[in-house]
Amino acid sequence: MAVLEIEGDTALVSPVRRRRSRPSGLFLVALVWLALIGLAAILADFLPLVSPTDMDFLGKRAPPSAEHLLGTDQLGRDMLSRLIYGARISLTVGLLAPAIGLVIGGALGMLAGYFGGRFEVITVGCVDVLLAFPPLVLALAVTAYLGQSVLNLTLVIGVLSIPAFTRVARAVTLSLSQREFVVAARTLGATHTRILMRELLPNVALPLLAFFLLGVAVTIVVEGALSFLGLGVPPPAPSWGSMIGEGRESLDIAPWLAFLPAAFMFATVLAFNIVGDTLRALTDPRPATL
Amino acid sequence: MTSLLLSLEGVSVELPTPRGALRAVDRVDLTLMPGHTLGIVGESGCGKTMLSRAILQLLPKRAKLAGSVTFGGRDLAALSPEALRKLRGPELAVVFQDPMTSLNPVLTIGTQLVETLQAHLGMERAAARRRSVELLAAVGIPAPEQRLRQYPHQLSGGMRQRVAIAIALSCEPRLLVADEPTTALDVTVQAQILDLLAREQKRRHMAMILITHDLGVVAGRTDEVAVMYAGRVVERAPTPKLFAHMRMPYTEALLAAIPKLDSPPHTALPAIAGRPPDPTRPMPGCSFAPRCRYADDRCREAKPPLIDPGRSGGLYACWHPLALPTGART
Amino acid sequence: MPDNASNRAAPLLSVEQLTVEYPVSGRTLSAVNDVSLAVGRGETLGLVGESGCGKSTLGRAVLQLRRPTAGKVVFDGTDLTALEGEALRLMRKRLQLIFQDPIASLNPRRCIGDIVAEPLIITGITDRAERERRVREVLTAVGLDPDLVWRRLPHEFSGGQCQRVCIARALILEPELVVCDEPVSALDVSIRAQILNLLEEMKRRYGLTLLFIAHDLAVVKAVSDRIAVMYLGRLCEVGPTEQVFGRPAHPYTALLLAAIPVPDPTVPPTTNVAAGEPPSPLDPPSGCRFRTRCPRADGICAKEVPDLRPTTSEQSVACHHPLTDR
Repeated sequence: MAVLEIEGDTALVSPVRRRRSRPSGLFLVALVWLALIGLAAILADFLPLVSPTDMDFLGKRAPPSAEHLLGTDQLGRDMLSRLIYGARISLTVGLLAPAIGLVIGGALGMLAGYFGGRFEVITVGCVDVLLAFPPLVLALAVTAYLGQSVLNLTLVIGVLSIPAFTRVARAVTLSLSQREFVVAARTLGATHTRILMRELLPNVALPLLAFFLLGVAVTIVVEGALSFLGLGVPPPAPSWGSMIGEGRESLDIAPWLAFLPAAFMFATVLAFNIVGDTLRALTDPRPATL
Repeated sequence: MTSLLLSLEGVSVELPTPRGALRAVDRVDLTLMPGHTLGIVGESGCGKTMLSRAILQLLPKRAKLAGSVTFGGRDLAALSPEALRKLRGPELAVVFQDPMTSLNPVLTIGTQLVETLQAHLGMERAAARRRSVELLAAVGIPAPEQRLRQYPHQLSGGMRQRVAIAIALSCEPRLLVADEPTTALDVTVQAQILDLLAREQKRRHMAMILITHDLGVVAGRTDEVAVMYAGRVVERAPTPKLFAHMRMPYTEALLAAIPKLDSPPHTALPAIAGRPPDPTRPMPGCSFAPRCRYADDRCREAKPPLIDPGRSGGLYACWHPLALPTGART
Repeated sequence: MPDNASNRAAPLLSVEQLTVEYPVSGRTLSAVNDVSLAVGRGETLGLVGESGCGKSTLGRAVLQLRRPTAGKVVFDGTDLTALEGEALRLMRKRLQLIFQDPIASLNPRRCIGDIVAEPLIITGITDRAERERRVREVLTAVGLDPDLVWRRLPHEFSGGQCQRVCIARALILEPELVVCDEPVSALDVSIRAQILNLLEEMKRRYGLTLLFIAHDLAVVKAVSDRIAVMYLGRLCEVGPTEQVFGRPAHPYTALLLAAIPVPDPTVPPTTNVAAGEPPSPLDPPSGCRFRTRCPRADGICAKEVPDLRPTTSEQSVACHHPLTDR
């Protein structure tokens, strides 16, 4: 005869509700900055801005004034307007390129990590080849053959970001697929698709998303570097990188021409990193243990 | 009183957590004579490990320690880090549950032993090496000469624990704290390691604190047992006395919940209902009251002190102790 | 108590000359070596042995989570080793597994209600109300309040409660055979008894057959009708629990029994328990694998592998010098 003494256990179920640590002030500042930049970029056409390509040769390198809030550049174009339209390109490339990596790389990595075998060997091999390829040469080759455009730039950076995402996804999947809850799903007779989508994806998604935000930050810098080198967005369209490049010539007389876009880029990249870190910490289901 | 090796008075350990202060150890008093063995028994989360860390002064930085830990006449909490460092090894040594965490994975066994001997006893390299071989042989490691050149990962779990014990014993400590030394090991190896500890302890006249969750481990190998529950010592008595006449219902229930080899298969176990209380929410009364079948209003309202009303040598913290000639052992 | 004689006629599970090998750094590790076992319907077979003896691998091989190198696993007349793909997937719901680490065996990002309902979704029960009814029923059966636990995540529970959830998930499809792989080793003593009692209760309620794997002989004894002792991938001894524990025929079984610490200070602890530790399974000794630690070993033990021979009508032992010879 077994006496099940379980009533007490049920009565004592008093798991502590998840208490999230309050997000820091820095996180809020970062979020506000990203929202401002994002909104400005989306609504640029509707904002009361001067056209970013209108030149005013009489007011070259003008300091901030009522007419030009942040002054003008070496061709007399409005800096504020150029910064906002530049944000458009920087953010488009910055978000789209890692998105390509996230989708393709994430999927490849998860499949490789889960199934293993020959598929994994081939995937890892391809990824290593892609990693070994000098990125600047690839960017140069693509822009030389296909021409300079935002789309081409996004594709190049996107393809180049696939290996990193594949590696992250594969590593996380590998460690997870040995865990008991995945084995448990297998003993229940779950299909591979179901295990991948229901058991693995929710656990892989967050590390990947955190990596994505890091990727956005890196891509903005990479886009800047390529534009700075003249491989990015063709002029006269503004981008932060090309603005820094153009401002470089007048660093001694009008330093703000290079500093302003550099500061915007710095703040945006930092904001993405802060948001990424905080989101990862907040969404971990296990609270900091004792 | 001067003959006491270790005495703890009102030792409490508090850890800050996101949910508020967690009182891991709650006003514990303990004493230990030289050469004696004290068993500390309790389930996970009862504070036994934090108590051992408090004795060793190895608490996490954010932990708050109250009360006094006197070892060999000195208050450990008042010692400088340098003085403490000198104390560890020749006076105080520790063996952990997982030897992998106490052994350095990138150094050979020999290097780790020889360096300990050189650092603490100022031995010559050659002498330290000879001594290392002796120590490894003493803890029952076959072919000690060859083992000196091996790395921890090349040894089995039992062998690693033997090496950890050899390092702990190398400076002839006066007190060895063994924190679940056999929990990670197989049952046949566990018996060997416990034998080894008992033998070396007797030979070196060393005091030992044996921390474990298994009443079976402390039964034959300790002089005194302290049972911990929710941060407090709830019963403390000389080992034979404790097992013969348990006074605290928790100790009795813990013993009864262990499956026995001499009861027939499919015997229902008298399980303890519920689970230990949340240490971040202290209760006014006895912590065991919600799970205790003898509990009444008094138990829920006032904490019973750890006392020995009958002057019988056994202390317990309970308002309704089990009657003395108990049928505690079912 | 199940009637062993009638169960022996048509065992629910029979493992026949099972061998499981896998490569370890260029060499072949034979984790399970030529093991044959039968588990009758409604019976609990306890499988004991020290870590690395292959007992977990045997459990996984029974469930085809690790495909055996040789031998058969016959479940209710079907050889599982011959099944592939969809046929095997459909068979899975009749065999379930309960793990040692209850927290790791629950997906940290899914709530308890979803986790327990998952097996129903996998087997194609589309009716939401039906699913909810069955989840509530099984959660109540394992001693959890469905309303309290439904929306919570695994980390909010203690190990014992997580193990209850795991048992609920394993039982919701009403399997016939449950492999319990060290189900209470990770739990505290007071919780361990609760879970053992629960398993016994569930066995009665759902008419389960259990393969109970553990290293703790006392735990195994509390739930098993028969015991199988493993050492380095091979079976040492099989027999009814009371016989194996009362009159062990294999020196290794006797050693295991002697090594258990008894919670009674009047019983002196056994000293000088067999010299040494189990040898590496990568390089097992010739002949009888236990001979390197066996007090009775002699020349023949090094030369010939002992077969599993019956000593009584129900007990069998694989030893050249069984303790019953005295």
